[in-house]
Amino acid sequence: MATDIDPALIVHDEIVPGGSYWHRNINRWQTLRILAPEGSRGVAFLCYNADNSIERFNAADTAKIQFNAFLKKGMVIYSDMGRVLFSITENTAEYHDTLGGCSNPITNAKKYGEGEFKNSRSNFLLALAKHNMDKRDIMPNLNFFAQIAVDPDGKIAYISGSEVPGTFVDLRAEMNVLAVLSNCPNPLDPSPTYDPKPVRVIVYNSAPPGADDLCRNANPEALRGFVNTDALFV
Amino acid sequence: METQTVIYDQVHPARLDWSYVVKKGQTLKIVDLGGNQAVDFLVYNADDTSERYSAPDTIRNQGNIFVTTGSQLISNDLNVMMTVLNDTCGRHDTSGGACSCESNSVRFGLDKKYQHACVENFLGAAIKHGMGKRDIVSNINFFMNVPVSPDGTLEIVDGISDPGSVVELRAEINCLVLISNCPQMNNPCNGYNPTPIRLIISEAS
Repeated sequence: MATDIDPALIVHDEIVPGGSYWHRNINRWQTLRILAPEGSRGVAFLCYNADNSIERFNAADTAKIQFNAFLKKGMVIYSDMGRVLFSITENTAEYHDTLGGCSNPITNAKKYGEGEFKNSRSNFLLALAKHNMDKRDIMPNLNFFAQIAVDPDGKIAYISGSEVPGTFVDLRAEMNVLAVLSNCPNPLDPSPTYDPKPVRVIVYNSAPPGADDLCRNANPEALRGFVNTDALFV
Repeated sequence: METQTVIYDQVHPARLDWSYVVKKGQTLKIVDLGGNQAVDFLVYNADDTSERYSAPDTIRNQGNIFVTTGSQLISNDLNVMMTVLNDTCGRHDTSGGACSCESNSVRFGLDKKYQHACVENFLGAAIKHGMGKRDIVSNINFFMNVPVSPDGTLEIVDGISDPGSVVELRAEINCLVLISNCPQMNNPCNGYNPTPIRLIISEAS
């Protein structure tokens, strides 16, 4: 597994403390690695077309088009315009959640009691304000490193396991993407202790998807998603 | 028991959009007249539309991905917008979202881009109320069957809604409701035959 990145390719490398948020444009064919050196209980994530932010992540389309709600290596992250924002080119976590939403002041107060516990909803509002966006621009989010199980009756449950130190996911941008990340525990994480660990975000130059690219060729739908995306850049 | 007075009762044609303010305390009954007809549904606080239905907050609040009797429809500000009072279908989807021209082009073929789609209906209805694209979020699909397997497999499959199935919702705040009576023809969500629905609004007299 390609866990090592050639230092010459790295354009940005930053530690995001637990409870904090981070946002940055990732250029087409750069890769964003989100690494949890001490493990993670969830990283909430939004993403937008950086050149036209009215185009944004769509959780339902991402699940429906790929017939799977759990994101893994080889899958892609779709916008609401039938285009690909990111390809998941590497992943060491079991899977990533698209159903459970993110923490907010009320879920944190219920879990942790009185006190200052940063939450993803408030983090998203702050990050988006810096891009002239507001609460109307917050769509259902993605949760990295959170595994939410669904039983046949539809019941959901948080599965522990992504607390493994060193777990990471690689996201290759297929268009210029604004990524917004909130490093706060998933609201379904049952731990009563507020103790989010830092995550490391590395942006590096990576190769464009080749003719035999895993994500591009994963299924006929992905191929059409890439055709739609490429049309933005010709 | 208090008497209910019907203030609105219309058959809504197949494929078209609908919007209406259902006031606090009023009930909205949706009847799947032909069976297996996906009814794409969004709800906003009629007094401040930046507050709107939130699928993940609704799912997390009830610990279940399906909407059914007793479900509270939760907003992005974590308020209860509507409560499902009655449901003769059994369960309704809120994971699959709405079909769009753009996602149709990916799912079914690039030549399917110009077919009618729910997002077109939602946008058309939203524009009438001074809203736009960023107000369209993940919705409920009443009468649509989208099971999720333990491995995450999610698929729109044959419906479980018999002709005459009813879902009844009580507005807990003043609710602007947008509906797209789904026009999709490429999968079983409407049994390949979009059909009319009946919409009934009642209030205590």
